[in-house]
Amino acid sequence: MEANTMQAYDIVIVGGGPAGLAAAISARKSGTERILILERDGELGGILNQCIHNGFGLHTFKEELTGPEYADRFIEQVYALHIEYKLDTMVMDISEDKVVTAMNRTDGMFQIQAGAVILAMGCRERPRGALNIPGYRPAGIYSAGTAQRLVNIEGYMPGREVVILGSGDIGLIMARRMTLEGAQVKVVAELMPYSGGLKRNIVQCLDDFGIPLKLSHTVVDIEGKERVKAVTIAQVGKDRKPIPGTEERYTCDTLLLSTGLIPENELSGKCGIRLNPVTKGPFVNESMETNIPGVFACGNVLHVHDLVDYVSEEAGRAGEAAAKYVQNGCCEAEDTREPISLVATDGARYTVPSVIHPDRMEDLLTVRFRVGAVYKQAYVSVYFDEERVMHQKKKIMAPGEMEQIILQKKKLLEKPDLRTITIRIEED
Amino acid sequence: MLYDVVIIGAGVSGSAIARELSRYKLQICVLEKEEDVCCGTTKANSAIVHAGFDAETGSMMAKLNVRGSQMMDQIASDLDVPFRRNGALVVCTDPDEVDGLQKLYDRGIANGLPADSMEILNREEVLALEPNLSENVVGAFYAKTSGIVCPFLLNIAMAENANVNGVDFFFNTEVEHIEEDTLPSSGEKIWRIRTCNGDYKARYIINAAGVYADVFHNMVSAKKIHITPRRGAYCLLDRAAGNYVSHTVFSLPGKMGKGVLVTPTIHGNLLIGPNAQDIENREGTNTTAEGLQEIIEKAGRNVRNLPMYQVITSFAGLRAHEDGHDFIIGEVEDAPRFIDCAGIESPGLSSSPAIGEYVAKMMAEKLHLTPKENWNGKRKGILRPSELSMEERNALIREKPAYGRIICRCESITEGEILDAIHRPLGARSLDGVKRRTRAGMGRCQAGFCSPRTMEILHRELGIPYEKITKSGGDSKLVTGRTKEHFGEEA
Repeated sequence: MEANTMQAYDIVIVGGGPAGLAAAISARKSGTERILILERDGELGGILNQCIHNGFGLHTFKEELTGPEYADRFIEQVYALHIEYKLDTMVMDISEDKVVTAMNRTDGMFQIQAGAVILAMGCRERPRGALNIPGYRPAGIYSAGTAQRLVNIEGYMPGREVVILGSGDIGLIMARRMTLEGAQVKVVAELMPYSGGLKRNIVQCLDDFGIPLKLSHTVVDIEGKERVKAVTIAQVGKDRKPIPGTEERYTCDTLLLSTGLIPENELSGKCGIRLNPVTKGPFVNESMETNIPGVFACGNVLHVHDLVDYVSEEAGRAGEAAAKYVQNGCCEAEDTREPISLVATDGARYTVPSVIHPDRMEDLLTVRFRVGAVYKQAYVSVYFDEERVMHQKKKIMAPGEMEQIILQKKKLLEKPDLRTITIRIEED
Repeated sequence: MLYDVVIIGAGVSGSAIARELSRYKLQICVLEKEEDVCCGTTKANSAIVHAGFDAETGSMMAKLNVRGSQMMDQIASDLDVPFRRNGALVVCTDPDEVDGLQKLYDRGIANGLPADSMEILNREEVLALEPNLSENVVGAFYAKTSGIVCPFLLNIAMAENANVNGVDFFFNTEVEHIEEDTLPSSGEKIWRIRTCNGDYKARYIINAAGVYADVFHNMVSAKKIHITPRRGAYCLLDRAAGNYVSHTVFSLPGKMGKGVLVTPTIHGNLLIGPNAQDIENREGTNTTAEGLQEIIEKAGRNVRNLPMYQVITSFAGLRAHEDGHDFIIGEVEDAPRFIDCAGIESPGLSSSPAIGEYVAKMMAEKLHLTPKENWNGKRKGILRPSELSMEERNALIREKPAYGRIICRCESITEGEILDAIHRPLGARSLDGVKRRTRAGMGRCQAGFCSPRTMEILHRELGIPYEKITKSGGDSKLVTGRTKEHFGEEA
């Protein structure tokens, strides 16, 4: 290709995982012609391709699918709708005026002028280094997702005797996978007093296989200069610091880490998109639009989700909004009133979206959030400015599971002076 | 085969000596117990080219540090090694100790540094240079010629260049025993070196064995030396924090070393460390919770609100601290033809070009060596596509499509760079070997995404079965076998 001829697309979607696929489909169905998905891996589907366990799609398709099957439902639609995509293509840069620079083996480095951009880059795992775990740095320490790729895609076993730190969903899934593949998973240690994963995964991946989960525990030493030989875990106090005397040493050859996912927003940050320090994802409005008009975000690059069904749903909204943006341009001028801020406080950690333009919203808007601790028999309360408009009792809420409320457009239109909607968790 | 010179150790000292000696008509080899160059002391340190004001005037350390720093621009340019003089600030936060700054200046002058390369700054001046320094700063000593370098690439480049100029390197070759022998033909005295891979014969031995240098010295000499592994821990922060300071920020030195520093690295990260802990274990590169806590706390005394949430990895290195606290470089009195290069702790990296030069000169005079006509002291590093224009990059990708495939997302490293790292002289054979040469895996995800892909490339290019691919040689195997293989073995 010639370096000087810049191609143009209505919508460029960065990432062909569940979010990017759903966004593309929805944008096409909303009438956008020229859509291009840029995917860094060798096939569409993203991380779902290595999630060979089932449990996907219960909400979307009312059936239990594996990760690749769930992805395939969307990939088939991408084919059927003749949506263009490029594989093995890395996006290197996104500029503020929506010039996307990407690279692959056949096209070289090229630039595309996009009418709108949808960010769907997903997330990465927090590495050992970020946790400052002391000890040696031998082979045999993997993030759970890397181990999952080795086992499920490459067909190799990262080890035989395993300790897992962190009870995020991938770690729990890998505890079961490694067990099924013949490895011995000795323990899952979790720093927090609660699991970071879904309850159903704790039951199906740990309890069913007799793998102990030790809450309020962390790794305090890694032995082995070349390959992991042993891992010592210890109980932590309320300050999350190890309590001397509680150390337990496990001989093992592998330490898997499932200690958190971080949205991959290096590209977003570079082009001036404002990031929420809590989610590490962009601040978005009701249309999943970032602070840069015409740049949208969805999926795990926006905030880490518990279920892919919610990713698809959210990404569908982003695709639709991007299509509208391409057709109508920026809608700021048409807004008849100030936007409403969404505030999460008192146990609620964040909300997506974080701002609402009532004129632009659909009749119903799902607002997702997470809580910062485990709450039993507590209330989700919603305040319109000072007035409490919702007070809903929940049997249990936990940080590992997303919560949601649904806002009605007509209720917001009834209150032209409304400035702030606050979500808080209340004990009574 | 009888070598004229056998160098023990392929760290930065051994490699610098090998390169300088490769100028002459000599048969030289380097014996290295690890699978690659740069696996010991050189691998984990502050990556600083010290200006030369710190070491005691008259010491080998002072002499070679000053000379090494002078040589660094040329050597970095000849060998295509990233190096930059970012300047250092020795920060004083205690009004009672401010005299210490003048002492550094005076010692710098005594060590031969130009007067205009140093300055004593008052509080306002130093805060203007580094706004993120502690509120308590009262002044600083400013050494303008202090620099930052990539220690891996400096070591690798010197070794590659030595190799291209005829020096043999033998890896996974641990020296076990050294004894004198006599050539039956001529009656000439030589050294017989027993290793885990057979015997080597040498007229001269150069002992550049880092924390093991005393072991080899003491095999041949009655005048014993003693090296203590002095461990130092570091935290490396994300590039996003790389501009938190622009100079290398030191504390006033204490008796255990230069204290904890905060510095940008040549690749744009932020590095803090090291502490200093004397240990027994010469392989004891583990970090400890206390050690990490100590460096974080001490770094925080000079630089405020360090963004510690940006840490991407922590590690520890060992300094080869000799009891006399100076470099021991020269022929051993009671062991002729055995040359020590021992006690090379900080400022060893800074001094390395001068160590090479010093030892080579000594050998040249002693042996009346003649230079080779065809010696080539230049080395082209691994091509860095990120430094090319888009047109140049596209021309490159058309010619070699592997430069269009990103393997390491975090550092934007292409397959082309990894292939170059594997196939060049003394190429990479492990994940860490690829990492030190290309930075693949050195970014914020710490090889989470790229390690399976780099493994696949190592497998394909070198024909190493997956089960034998290592992180860093030896037993550091990355996978234990194929899936499903494990069944039935425990019954």
